[in-house]
Amino acid sequence: MILEMSYDITGGDFAAAGEAATKIKRALKQIGVDAQTTRRAAIIAYEAEMNIIIHAYRGTLQARVSPEGIEILAEDEGPGIPDIELAMQEGYSTAPEKIREMGFGAGMGLPNMKKFSDEFHITSEVGKGTRVRAVVSSSTALIMNGSEV
Amino acid sequence: MRCMKLRDVAGRLGLKAVAGDGGGTGDDALDREVSGGYVSDLLSDVMAHACEGAIWVTTQAHQNIVAVAVLTGLAGVIIAGGVKPGDETLKKAQEEGIPLFVSDLPSFEVVGRLYTLGLRGGARPCQGA
Ligand SMILES: Nc1ncnc2c1ncn2[C@@H]1O[C@H](COP(=O)(O)OP(=O)(O)OP(=O)(O)O)[C@@H](O)[C@H]1O
Ligand SMILES: [Mg+2]
Repeated sequence: MILEMSYDITGGDFAAAGEAATKIKRALKQIGVDAQTTRRAAIIAYEAEMNIIIHAYRGTLQARVSPEGIEILAEDEGPGIPDIELAMQEGYSTAPEKIREMGFGAGMGLPNMKKFSDEFHITSEVGKGTRVRAVVSSSTALIMNGSEV
Repeated sequence: MRCMKLRDVAGRLGLKAVAGDGGGTGDDALDREVSGGYVSDLLSDVMAHACEGAIWVTTQAHQNIVAVAVLTGLAGVIIAGGVKPGDETLKKAQEEGIPLFVSDLPSFEVVGRLYTLGLRGGARPCQGA
């Protein structure tokens, strides 16, 4: 393990929204992870953080960097997701009107996380909480760099 | 496309940064090259589709736009439609070094002007900066 970070996230705390993901992005940049991989991990971390803030009561956002890649783990205590397949569909959102007015609730967060990761797992238990694990592997980062030239 | 610095783009639109212009620290975010543009009021849409180095036009003005700009690696944000950012937004933009501009023109007009300057929706590699 090269680097491990863990942040507590509080549901409804829009003032601090994005702070954990911003810290993760900064740390990845600092240790020299390439821009493309950093960007993908940052987007995943942000969407995971926002989902805890918008939809859950409290949770943690973790990032682990190893030679294999970057793992983002979000675990929360919250209402859970009754139908994960439905939640994964682009455009599906249960965000209330007040939150949509702020530009959230496009129903794109989970699809974004999946799109930008090489591995994506989500499990949820209604009445308990949700766990999302995403990996951006360093091998694809190398390939992406190669094709970028 | 000729490369344009954020400073020149803002100048051509008659916009002045209301925050995040580096405050004369020498580390001037206005010197950054603008790679293109994106317009949307949906934050996750911007996260997914805006390109690194783009300028973002939106009518959202709350502080979460700053985190979106930082995480997506945007060059700056133009808050259009006469919407005024609150103090928290300005403070956050200042802290994170994200240049914020405010325009009384609707998003459509702002984007039209950016397009006329040669900026496009997809990011282009800047050559001969
Ligand atoms: N951590 C979570 N706890 C409970 N429900 C969740 C959680 N994450 C997602 N959901 C449910 O899945 C839906 C889709 O999530 P997704 O992130 O794709 O969209 P969104 O958060 O509603 O909007 P956006 O992410 O575009 O701002 C949510 O509206 C919500 O019903
Ligand atoms: Mg979401």
